[in-house]
Amino acid sequence: MDGAIKGRISSFQTLGTLDGPGVRFVVFMQGCPLRCACCHNPETWDLSGGKEYTAAEVAAKAERYREYFGKDGGITLSGGEPLMQPEFAAEVFWLCKEKGIGTCLDTSGCFLDEKTKRLLEYTDYCMLDIKYSTDEKYRKYAGCSISQPLGFLDYLNANGIPTRIRQVIISGLNDGDDNLKSLAEIIKAHPCIERTELLAFRKLCASKYQKLGIAFPLADVDETKQKTVSELQEKLEKIT
Amino acid sequence: MTHENWKGFNGGEWQDTVNVRDFIQKNYREYKGDDSFLSGASKRTKELMSRINSLFELERQYGGVLDIDTETVSSLTSYAPGYIDKDKELIVGMQTNRPLKRGVNPFGGIRMARQACEAYGYKLSDKIESEFKYRTTHNDGVFRAYTDEMRLARHCHIITGLPDAYGRGRIIGDYRRVALYGIDRLVEEKKKDKAALSQQNFLYEQIRLDEELYQQIAFLGYMKEMAAMYGYDISGPAANAREAIQWTYFAYLAAIKEQNGAAMSLGRVSTFFDIYIERDLKDGTLTEAAAQELIDDFVMKLRIARHLRTPDYNELFGGDPMWITESVGGMGADGRTLVTKSSYRILNTLYTLGSSPEPNLTILWSKQLPESFKRYCAKVSKDTDSIQYENDDLMRPIYGDDYAIACCVSAMKIGKQMQFFGARCNLAKLLLLALNGGIDNTSGLHIGPQMPVIEGDTLDYGAVKERLDKYMEWLARLYVNTMNVIHYMHDRYAYEKSQMALHDTDVHRFMAFGVAGLSVIADSLSAIKYAKVHPIKDENGVIVDFKTEGEFPKFGNDDDRVDLIAKELTHRMITELRKTPAYRNAEHTLSVLTITSNVMYGKHTGATPDGRKAGEPFAPGANPMHNREENGALASLNSVAKLSYDDCRDGISNTFSITPDTLGRTNEERVGNLVAVLDGYFAKMAHHINVNVLNRETLIEAYKDPSAYPNLTIRVSGYAVNFHKLSREQQREVISRTFHEAM
Repeated sequence: MDGAIKGRISSFQTLGTLDGPGVRFVVFMQGCPLRCACCHNPETWDLSGGKEYTAAEVAAKAERYREYFGKDGGITLSGGEPLMQPEFAAEVFWLCKEKGIGTCLDTSGCFLDEKTKRLLEYTDYCMLDIKYSTDEKYRKYAGCSISQPLGFLDYLNANGIPTRIRQVIISGLNDGDDNLKSLAEIIKAHPCIERTELLAFRKLCASKYQKLGIAFPLADVDETKQKTVSELQEKLEKIT
Repeated sequence: MTHENWKGFNGGEWQDTVNVRDFIQKNYREYKGDDSFLSGASKRTKELMSRINSLFELERQYGGVLDIDTETVSSLTSYAPGYIDKDKELIVGMQTNRPLKRGVNPFGGIRMARQACEAYGYKLSDKIESEFKYRTTHNDGVFRAYTDEMRLARHCHIITGLPDAYGRGRIIGDYRRVALYGIDRLVEEKKKDKAALSQQNFLYEQIRLDEELYQQIAFLGYMKEMAAMYGYDISGPAANAREAIQWTYFAYLAAIKEQNGAAMSLGRVSTFFDIYIERDLKDGTLTEAAAQELIDDFVMKLRIARHLRTPDYNELFGGDPMWITESVGGMGADGRTLVTKSSYRILNTLYTLGSSPEPNLTILWSKQLPESFKRYCAKVSKDTDSIQYENDDLMRPIYGDDYAIACCVSAMKIGKQMQFFGARCNLAKLLLLALNGGIDNTSGLHIGPQMPVIEGDTLDYGAVKERLDKYMEWLARLYVNTMNVIHYMHDRYAYEKSQMALHDTDVHRFMAFGVAGLSVIADSLSAIKYAKVHPIKDENGVIVDFKTEGEFPKFGNDDDRVDLIAKELTHRMITELRKTPAYRNAEHTLSVLTITSNVMYGKHTGATPDGRKAGEPFAPGANPMHNREENGALASLNSVAKLSYDDCRDGISNTFSITPDTLGRTNEERVGNLVAVLDGYFAKMAHHINVNVLNRETLIEAYKDPSAYPNLTIRVSGYAVNFHKLSREQQREVISRTFHEAM
């Protein structure tokens, strides 16, 4: 690996604090096979969008922020879906690890093949979305089967990669007790999960959809109140 | 030498010579624990503070000034003692005879004193008018000596905000000396210096110093008289913690009664106080709660300190600041931290008394600071937006471990170094002046080297740079000479007698120059270099606007192509300044700091090639222009960190605002992440950062309804203000700044 491989990137956020442990240099990669109804970054869907960078360029950018990472922080590949460009992602992580920079993968877990597994060899930490707890909702509101992220999670667990689960709570879709119970079962079955974050569904991204001329599927759904999410989070912690 | 009040202290060099640092090093106890030992506000403290808060509210209702004593010239002993509530106060002393009543200080200039009174509906008394009729003020002196060109430069705002109509400030007396040694010993030492001087030939330098020593000794005497009016004898050393704080405060009080300098900074007192507090705690004569009360009471006094200012002044330095800067923390030369429990206690006043812009609490940050102290500071920032951070690892090798910050970002060894404050010149305007061949396109005046307006439909980077260099050379020389006039006259007509009495006689002087509009000129040059900039001329052929085509790198995105332009500009500027000798052999330094004058500078500057429109504010200090950062907060910090402290020894100010949600989900995470950001920024050899953790919406609400947010404090540029005390224009500019926010 020489870092020459190219990847398409939507943007960089040099101070990310929500996308993995500590202070993170976040790379929003281009391309996503899913069409989640609550997606915040529709501009990253198209794999041919964004700008091209080599893996070495991305790693060099991350290195400029090394001093801020402390003991917990590092680089996060997010998106989009980093698994759409697994060889590029693996090379970025490999280069970062060579430089002593911690790596975090923020993914939907929609693929698990040999290339993905190679990427996970260089992954210190994983942020995995478990969007819903039924296959039906997954297919309808995300565009893949629930078995994909669950299989991905099994693999993370088997390989001992510390994982944070995230779920965006959307009124009427996954804010019920049954969903919470299923989520708790998943958490209990996977000791690699060190934390689960429930997030409020927000509509800050509506303007992005408008700009792109795409209909926002959840335009009519209300934003979730932070209070509701906090209550669910508390309940979840009690049952896990 | 010894004294009974020094009982229990470890002896050393400090006993035989005036050496507060040695006393601290031999006696302080570092503290590496957390904040759990701290006490809250006592009943007494709460009562006193609520009294003060109602006075603040009254002051606000009265338009910012509660009362003015128009009959008395402010001096150490010219007012009867004043109190908030005499029986409740642990530390006493007031600038005038009543809290928040402002004194008149016409030594800087009688006209300004008159205007300031009139601005608030008062009239300076005939008594003072006639007293000053035949007296030369600093302002009179300066304007007698200013050349035509100096007046012109001032008039067209290429060099502005100069301390030619107000006290220069930025001098930190070593107020601790009074507590450690008492006045009599300090007088004795000064007399020795005076005697030694008499052995030299008496030429201008010696005669001036000899007279200054005479004045210093006289004012040490007045300090004693002033304290006696409050029932204290400060001729000898302080005997306990309360006296140490009281004596130190009297010394500071003397300074602010005598001088109305722009920044009247305090120094580095908390660890010094800690030694006395520890001694009393050990003796059982003090409890933790009582120790906090002493610090609280002291800080209350600092919070009610006021100077009378003109509206012009407020435009430069908005929010009625005093810059009572107290430097907290840092490391010692021997590797021990200078953090003590009293470093916590003074920060704790932001909780016991509520958040506040004054004193200007400044953390001297080092990678080596105890982790728990770092976290506590970050928590205080997050909760109060009241503190700033400066890089101890960068400054300590230069200034040792007993330096302090004057004003916002000016470091100096306490009692050994002072500075001649010199405001700033306007680099963005300089570029426009260069392009127009010496015509100022806002005033129409001709100034500087005269040549044709730059040619061509598209600006050529090489040609622009060449011109800019010529104009910078011209401006630097004019700037130094202007400063020489100002400080000669300030020494002559408004010499800081109390403060200089608390310095070594042989003092090192800095002359502190400054630049404004750095990010504007850097982005403008970047536009000329990387995009196509077409000048637009008016009917007289003067460039008044620009059409810029194409993309160009902008300062604040960690892009060397433009960041190094900014760095090179500061290097060039200080190099040029050094070519003209400074008054009293002062060492030239440079700052990238604007206070709130970035609004005023912008107002007087035409459109610039970076796309900034005529009259629009500059970014404050070394900040990237508002909302031009495209890669998030750390990229912005990295850009500023590239400016070299070696070129900008008077400080590089960066004001950083971030929303709480962007800093992390939980309080715990936010604190940890802020610590990581500070560690990272300073490891990059950056100099200074103001941290605000807040949402823009809060400011917008406060803008709409100031009375609902009387205590909203925000860091602006090297200092903090009560948001409601800024002008509407300044408030709008603060709201328009970049708030780092992740979606």
